[in-house]
Amino acid sequence: MTPNSNSRREFLRLSSLSGLGLMLGVSSFAKNASLVKLSAEAIQLEINPFIIIDNLGNITLVNPRPDMGQGSTQAVPSLLAEELEVSLEKVKLIQSDGKSKYGSQLSGGSSSVRELWEPLRKAGAAAREMLTETAAKRWGVPVANCYAQDGRILQRNSDKSFAYGELADEAAKLPVPTNPKLKDPKDFKIIGKNKPRLDVPSRVTGKAVFGLDVELPGMVYAAMLHAPAIHSKVLAIDDSAALKVPGVIKVMKAERAMPHRTSEAVAVIATNWWAALKGKKALNVTWDSAGLEKMTTADYYARSYEAAKAEGINFEEKGDIDQALAHSGKTIEAIYETPFLAHAPLEPENALVHVKDNGEVDVWAPVQGPDQALGSVAGYLKVKPEQVKINVTLLGGAFGRKAYLDFVLEACFLSKELKKPVKVIWTREDDITQGPYRPGMLSAMKGAVNGKKIAAFHHHAIGESIKGQVFKFLQDHEVDDWVTGELSAENHKYDIPTWKLSWTNVKTDIPIVWWRSVYASNFAFGQECFMDELAIAAGVDPIAARMDILKDDRFKKVLEVLSEKANWKEKLPAGQGKGVAIFKSFDSISACCVTVSKQASGGVKIEKVVSVIDCGWYVNPDNVKAQTEGNIVMGITAAVKPGITFANGMAEQSNYHNYPIMRINEAPKMEIHIVNSGEKPGGVGEPGLPPVAPALANAIFAATGKRLRKLPIDLNEA
Amino acid sequence: MAVFNLNVNGKKVTVDVEPDMPLLWVIRDFAGLKGTKFGCGMALCGACTVHLNGQPIRSCQTPVSSVAKSAKITTIEGISDGNQLHAVQQAWVEEQVPQCGYCQSGQIMSAVALLKTTPNPTDQDIDTAMSGNLCRCGTYDRIRKAIHRAADLSKTSSNTLPKAGKVGGN
Repeated sequence: MTPNSNSRREFLRLSSLSGLGLMLGVSSFAKNASLVKLSAEAIQLEINPFIIIDNLGNITLVNPRPDMGQGSTQAVPSLLAEELEVSLEKVKLIQSDGKSKYGSQLSGGSSSVRELWEPLRKAGAAAREMLTETAAKRWGVPVANCYAQDGRILQRNSDKSFAYGELADEAAKLPVPTNPKLKDPKDFKIIGKNKPRLDVPSRVTGKAVFGLDVELPGMVYAAMLHAPAIHSKVLAIDDSAALKVPGVIKVMKAERAMPHRTSEAVAVIATNWWAALKGKKALNVTWDSAGLEKMTTADYYARSYEAAKAEGINFEEKGDIDQALAHSGKTIEAIYETPFLAHAPLEPENALVHVKDNGEVDVWAPVQGPDQALGSVAGYLKVKPEQVKINVTLLGGAFGRKAYLDFVLEACFLSKELKKPVKVIWTREDDITQGPYRPGMLSAMKGAVNGKKIAAFHHHAIGESIKGQVFKFLQDHEVDDWVTGELSAENHKYDIPTWKLSWTNVKTDIPIVWWRSVYASNFAFGQECFMDELAIAAGVDPIAARMDILKDDRFKKVLEVLSEKANWKEKLPAGQGKGVAIFKSFDSISACCVTVSKQASGGVKIEKVVSVIDCGWYVNPDNVKAQTEGNIVMGITAAVKPGITFANGMAEQSNYHNYPIMRINEAPKMEIHIVNSGEKPGGVGEPGLPPVAPALANAIFAATGKRLRKLPIDLNEA
Repeated sequence: MAVFNLNVNGKKVTVDVEPDMPLLWVIRDFAGLKGTKFGCGMALCGACTVHLNGQPIRSCQTPVSSVAKSAKITTIEGISDGNQLHAVQQAWVEEQVPQCGYCQSGQIMSAVALLKTTPNPTDQDIDTAMSGNLCRCGTYDRIRKAIHRAADLSKTSSNTLPKAGKVGGN
């Protein structure tokens, strides 16, 4: 399927016709995603065109956040359409191409709606005001007598109206209002409503175009033989058998550029990918992996448990924790462990790149951040950003993986060498064995209760730092504030008399990166299970114990709703148990209640999961529910399925047989409830995940009396 | 290399490929039908599910040489006539099942096959028939609901193709 570039060409045509259409943008965004490595250029934007109205009446909205399944193709343009008074059914949507005028374009950190909520609504409202003013002038009536509706400006008490297209030329000449009046939420027609996602039909007919599906004339395919121990060096390549495979064109030494270091690889180039894969299997490469056998998860955890014996670098402390622990009625210590995980999106990493003779570079790839890709590609190939064109396809899942662009740069390397469009497709084995992974982490906890009160709480977060490994901007004496930001008292709102949060960075050469909900997916487990342990030590119901120390009405409301919807207080039959957890991440509060039952055959079964989320304002409640359902499935998978382990420098898992993810027959009943707080929008794509694992472990304790502190949990043994 | 004459979605497709090439790559790269997806290459994820004479198979593990000349291959592109969605697709839209959608071609092919043999499936039937299809986005709860809905829709039959909208274009 050769991508249809009509819309792109049309967009470019429209973009250049500044006198004939209205292009409107917003000033620099309020905040950039914490996860994105932005160039200075991208942050200092003045005009970012998101709305294009041509004089033929066509309205085009630019979606600056790629869709990996989280629904951004609906959520983000809805912000523009709501204020512009157009329906999404009647506009054309296009994906931004990474150019700096669109600002931050990274789908990551559950940031799309929470970051663009105001800027994009303002962009829509400013355009509406300019069109209204133009119509008022033409009619010679006060602006107050005109209003926008369904792509037209109408005159009150009259049947006169103009389509936006009839006003666009003139409106474009007006100054852009800096502070346009936003709609009263009670007048919202799109935001907050259950609207079907318009891209769903294309996703059920096979017509949706993912990265894997793009072809260009004259392209060749590449299968990559990656280093067995990730950082191994190529000593010798015997390609005699590979070159005999029909369709194989060439075997060449290649490289895999990760953000922090570059690995060696061998590429098999062929006329089709199956031939390339056969060629890869026929390759005989000698690798030097000396010293890399020490790169093991066992070694990493041994060093992490050693680190747990010390206090760590202090981030925040309230009161004297040592005194409190020494003088409280009952003290507890426990260490919680979470594994390394692969993202394993169903669509493997792939990219099609054409490095042209004239220095221009065309990229077609499923990437989370087109701006990030543009900067990376330009930097890697040493070309100017304006020479790079990023064409973002739909993403067949990503979960953080496709904001790590090694696979795109592999295609850049090969296309530059071969002077042809090259499509790199990773195998599932490449995906599982090469990383990057969510790092495994430890939470070393200490706490105390006095009577029925939780009196002291120390969370020592231990493990490898994404900031440190990937971006190299964490000093040894520094606390990783991506971790502590989520675990601080300011974030969790527990007001405990004595409190401490500390951090130790344990390094590893196993490549790591963010994974859905980032560190929250690790550390919520320790925090919320230990809270359960303290509640039980104090002899207090786990929800009541949290209510007692929570000093925030939104958190309390979420727990109240959860308690009611999950029927927390019901008397359960013997062998059943419920567990609860609450965690705030990406500005949204999510709580979860898991019910498990002991099985006659041994082990436990997850009977039901109830999740509650307060994400403030949201665009589509059905999509909030869909994302939370996905978070339950991915959260349980992370809690009960094997993680990634490294022995002798190599991942011990390779495909879905030994890195299994949840199947439909294992999916429990689930129920999602939204608390309509009307607060500033928080994230939706990730916050539902962190409370799932601790709620499950707490439920298992309630049902069986077994306190499980290490993930994954084997449900058959629990 | 060898020439194979295949019947894909009722059309004759002639390809000249290696006999061991999996049907998946023949369908995608030689018949040009990109709706069938590659996920694992080991018949573990079901993203490559197509029908061979109405039976769901994993095309990533089916060498093209093993496909009989008379066999009818049906892909996601072949289950509806282009004007009307199949009841299963319609139900998928109504339940808003897909998130990324990458696995959904395979999910739908498995569901269509299930409903042919079991027009009124229980949750247990669904879990059994669909357990070979992975979804990393976690749409399983909606898949169950959509299959029940498709079973109901199949009894009526007025599925019309909803306007696809202009989304995700590049």
